[in-house]
Parts: sequence; structure tokens; C-alpha cells
Amino acid sequence: MNYTNLLKISGGALLRNKMRAFLTMLGIIIGVASVIAMLGIGQGSKQSIREQMSGMGTNLVFVMPGSQQRGGVQMGPSNMQSLTMDDVTAIAKECPHVAAVSPEVRSSGQVVAGNKNWPSTIYGGNVAYMGIKKIEVADGRLFTDKEVHAMAKVCLVGQTVVDNLFGEGADPIGQTIRFKKIPMLIIGVLAEKGENSFGQDQDDMIIAPYTTVQRRILAIDHIQGIYTSATSEEESELAIAEISTVLRRQHKISNPADDDFRVMAQAELVKMFTSISDVLTMLLGAIAGISLLVGGIGIMNIMFVSVTERTREIGLRMAIGGKSIHIMAQFLIESMMLSVSGGIVGILLGYLISYVVSGMMGWPVVITSQSVVLSFLVCSAIGIFFGWYPARKASALNPIDALRYE
Amino acid sequence: MDKTIIQVAGLRKEFHVGDVTVHALKGIDLTITQGEFVAIMGTSGSGKSTMLNILGCLDKPTGGDYFLDGINVAGLDKNQLAEVRNLKLGFVFQAYNLLPRTSALENVELPLFYNPRVKTRERRDRARAALEAVGLAGRMHHTPAQLSGGQQQRVAIARSLVNDPVVILADEATGNLDTRTSYEIMELFQRLNDQGKTIVFVTHEPDIARLTKRSIVFRDGHVIKQQAVTDRLYASELIAALPVEND
Repeated sequence: MNYTNLLKISGGALLRNKMRAFLTMLGIIIGVASVIAMLGIGQGSKQSIREQMSGMGTNLVFVMPGSQQRGGVQMGPSNMQSLTMDDVTAIAKECPHVAAVSPEVRSSGQVVAGNKNWPSTIYGGNVAYMGIKKIEVADGRLFTDKEVHAMAKVCLVGQTVVDNLFGEGADPIGQTIRFKKIPMLIIGVLAEKGENSFGQDQDDMIIAPYTTVQRRILAIDHIQGIYTSATSEEESELAIAEISTVLRRQHKISNPADDDFRVMAQAELVKMFTSISDVLTMLLGAIAGISLLVGGIGIMNIMFVSVTERTREIGLRMAIGGKSIHIMAQFLIESMMLSVSGGIVGILLGYLISYVVSGMMGWPVVITSQSVVLSFLVCSAIGIFFGWYPARKASALNPIDALRYE
Repeated sequence: MDKTIIQVAGLRKEFHVGDVTVHALKGIDLTITQGEFVAIMGTSGSGKSTMLNILGCLDKPTGGDYFLDGINVAGLDKNQLAEVRNLKLGFVFQAYNLLPRTSALENVELPLFYNPRVKTRERRDRARAALEAVGLAGRMHHTPAQLSGGQQQRVAIARSLVNDPVVILADEATGNLDTRTSYEIMELFQRLNDQGKTIVFVTHEPDIARLTKRSIVFRDGHVIKQQAVTDRLYASELIAALPVEND
């Protein structure tokens, strides 16, 4: 008995019952397709979160004012005025794992140009600011160090601001906008970034020298945040430690529990959000896995019916020289053919569903070779596992009884 | 002297049903030589089916010896028995036992699938030859549902021939057929016997037994009568004598 013969026998048996074979396969097809699609959608959302957050730079390390007790009164972090330009200078000078550093100040309000106005946010930074936050200039130029020192009334505008104040496709460079009564010359347009994963429009912003925003618009002495680039993503942790040490010394804090600032790395945030999406992916995958299991039970059910229905065939095969192992192999191969071909069709269908979903809903879909290999192995295993018992039952039949079976 | 195909000596078979031991065969001695056409007869419960199962290597005797083509079959295990069935025996059943929705040709090929020495090409050629030998050259691609009972039994006979067995065991092979078709099948068996095939034919119909060369009668687990058929009939003559059918 060779394997080709066994394959021919099993394949022939399946072809004699095309409809039933197809319906049995359907359970596996749906199971595998949903596993592939669910994992694909889950992976896709994870990757898109990662990409968008990395869009701000994975080596980003930023400092926010932290909450602190002052004379027994707990202060809200936004009220804190703990960060100053001296901190920025100290970080730039003393932290070897910080490649670039910029202060951040921001203000929200109406931007006015001619007879139109638009609510937006103006961000102030130094010349390194845009580099740190991975914002690029699409048109025009960045402001200079000189303009930062001079509190120059210049700004760069995002595409959403351009569209709403000057109309789509307009060239705003050289025009003047007013923000809280301060007129500012537009010297550049920011490259479009689209929405981030939280639905926030990243093009609805104006960037100006921090001095302009801090002194002319807000009239404050402190700054609202410090953005830095670590020398690499892996060295973010080192950068955090260095910045914390510098700031504690600057702020004369001895106990880390009393910190009036918080240092965070983008890499950590990415990890946090992707872990949420990992949990979701696992849940979706588990539900799809259950349907795959049900498909496997469907195969076992049909194989049992098949063994009972073909008892006489089994008896005949034994009478004409089929050994128990041949009968067992025949039914095992049949169930594996069902599950494996179901698996292959399911994988293709899963791809199709994923792309239709991503096309229709705009969801990102990433199908990893891992999930394909995994679901393929799982359905082969299902074929063996759920086919084994019926196959054993068939091979254990007594040929005399099987031949007389009615 | 013709070669001995089947030699049975002191063959016993017991079944245990609950606490009761049923003695189905109580010491059978039997010799069948090459080219014989033997009818095994007996009423139900006489032990003839048990005898056929043992002769067919589907069941093992409780005691005694059974030599098939020189091999002592009584000492073989399940897998060795399967091989013996594949290479030495051909079965023809009352209910044909063809695979449904499978062409005549594929049905006939079936035993060769279990013979590792036969390649695809040879398998097909031998199945064709067997079908031609039973007069079904034009029906090779018909499924059992498209064939009459007699034709289905011919396919089954072709299947039993395809591995060139030393003996063909037929179990009530004409039991499901009308008189004319029965005679036609018997004519085929007689022709195969004339060509040298050894045939053991189990039946309970005395007129079918008269078409064979020797009859062995079983009763209560014993052989009670063994005799050569003296007034042998020929199926071709019987068919000619039947009234012409009006279609």
C-alpha cells in the first residue's frame, strides 16, 4: 500500500459526497477565515497606533509639570508653573543622552485672517521643536534662532488652518493672521499629518517661536513643557533618568516622591497603547478560535456518520485485503483533507475579508505570516485530532459483521 | 494429480454467547483441489457461513488446521490474513457490495489498491481485462446505480478475478437475482471454472448446486454428505430452455 493509493482512495470518497464535504469544510473555512481576519484587524490597529505614535518620534522624551503638595494643598498639574527656561538650558548642557531639547508653550484661541476666523492652538518652541516632534515644513521656511531671540511675530500654519482661513489650495505664505490680537506673518506651511489614533486633527495647529507665544501672547515666565529627543529609542530610559536628576537639582528636590514634574517617554506610551490592542486582538482571536473548534467538531461528527454509513464499504475493503491500518489511514486522510483544504480556502477567504473590511471601513489590516502558519497548523491538528477517533472506530470493525451491516 | 488448494483437517469453531458456548463447526475435514467447482449447502445454522468465513480468512478457527495454497492460515495474525485475502482469495457476495457512485472500472480496481506491487498502469489494464472477461467491456464507466443486478454481480465477479486468486468464494451469489440472471451468472462461473478457476459456492438452492461439480452438505457443524454431482446441468442449456421473454 503506498501513499498515493491512500490519497486516491480518500480523495475519491470525498468526491463521492461533494456537497457534504463542502458543508463540513465550511465550518473550518469560517473558523480559519475569522481567525485570520480578526488577528489581521487586531494586528492592523496595533500597528497603526504604533506608527502614529512613532510619527511623533519613538525617541521622544517629554517633561510635564507634575502635581505637588504646597503647604498641605494638593496642586493640579496644569496649575503648576514649575518648569522654566533654566531647566531647558540645564538639560541641554548636562544630559549626554539628550540629543535635542525645546521648551513648549501653547495657547488656544481664535485665529483671524481677513473676515474669517477659526479656533486653533498655537504652539511655541525653539528651532529644534519641530525636529523633536517630527513635524515637517511643506512649504516656506522654519523660523531662525535670531527670530526666536527677537520674539519675531512669525508663524507656520497647519493645513487645516490654511483651508479654513484662506480656502483650500491657497498659498498663505506672506499673509498675516492675528491670534489674540497679535498679528503674525506666515512664513511656512506644515506638512500634513492627518488624524492621530485618538481622532485629533494634527494639522490644526500653528507653530511660532516660544518667545513670541510666551511673552507676547501668554505673558508668562514659566514654560508648559519640555520636549527632548533621546539619542535613541533604547536610550530613552537613560535620558529620563538624566533629566530627572537635573530637574530635581534645579528644583531643589531630594525625595523623588516630591517631584513637581513628570518625565515620560513616547516609547512607554506606545507600549501601553499597543498592550491594550494586544488584549483586544487576543479576545477577537479567542472568539474566532472557538468557531474553529466548532468546525473541528463538525468534522468529527461527519466522520462518525461517514463511518457508520460506510460500514459495508469498510467490510468489503477489509475482505479484499485492506488492513486495519489502511482503513484507519483512509479515514484519517479524509478528515485531514477536509480540514486542510478547508484551512487553505479559509486563509484565502480571511485575506479577502480583511481587505474588504479595510477597504470599506478604512481599518488598517496586517496579516502576519505567523497567524497564517498558526491557523494552518491548527487545522491540520484538528483534522488528526477529530478524525482519529472515528478512524479508529472504523479500523476496529470486524469484517464479517461489517459486511452484513444493514 | 491436481494441486490441493484448500485442505482443512479437524477444524473446530466455537462462539461464546454470554455463558453459552456454541459449537458452530465440530471437526471438519475437507480437501478442495485446483479446478474444482464446489457447492457448500446446508440450512441456516448448519455452519456453512462460519465455514465460508474461515475459508475466506475473515475468521480464525478455534482448533484444527487450514492450509490454503500450502500456507497454514490458522497461525496467521490479522494483517497477514488481510494479505492472504488480497492475494489468494476472491469474494463474491449476495448483495454485490460495490462502492456506490463509483464506476465499474474503479470498483474492479479496488483490490489492486491494496496490493503494493501493482502500479497504476497495470491496475487499470488488469481491471479492464477482468471486466472484458465478464462481458462488461461496454459498461466500464457506469456506476452501480446505472447497472442491473446481474451486471452488478458481474462487476463483483470481475473484482474477485482481478488479483488472480487461487480460489473464488461466492456467498449466495445468485440469491438476489431472478432465474434467468442467476443462470447467466452461473454460466459465467462455469466458464471461469472451465478456464481452470477453483470456485467454492455457498448456496441453499439444490438446482443451483447441480450446476457445480461437487456438493458438500453441512448440518449442525458436521459435513453430512459429500458427493460428486452426477446429473450435472449446464447453465447455457438452461437459459436456452427458458421461455422467451416478451419485452
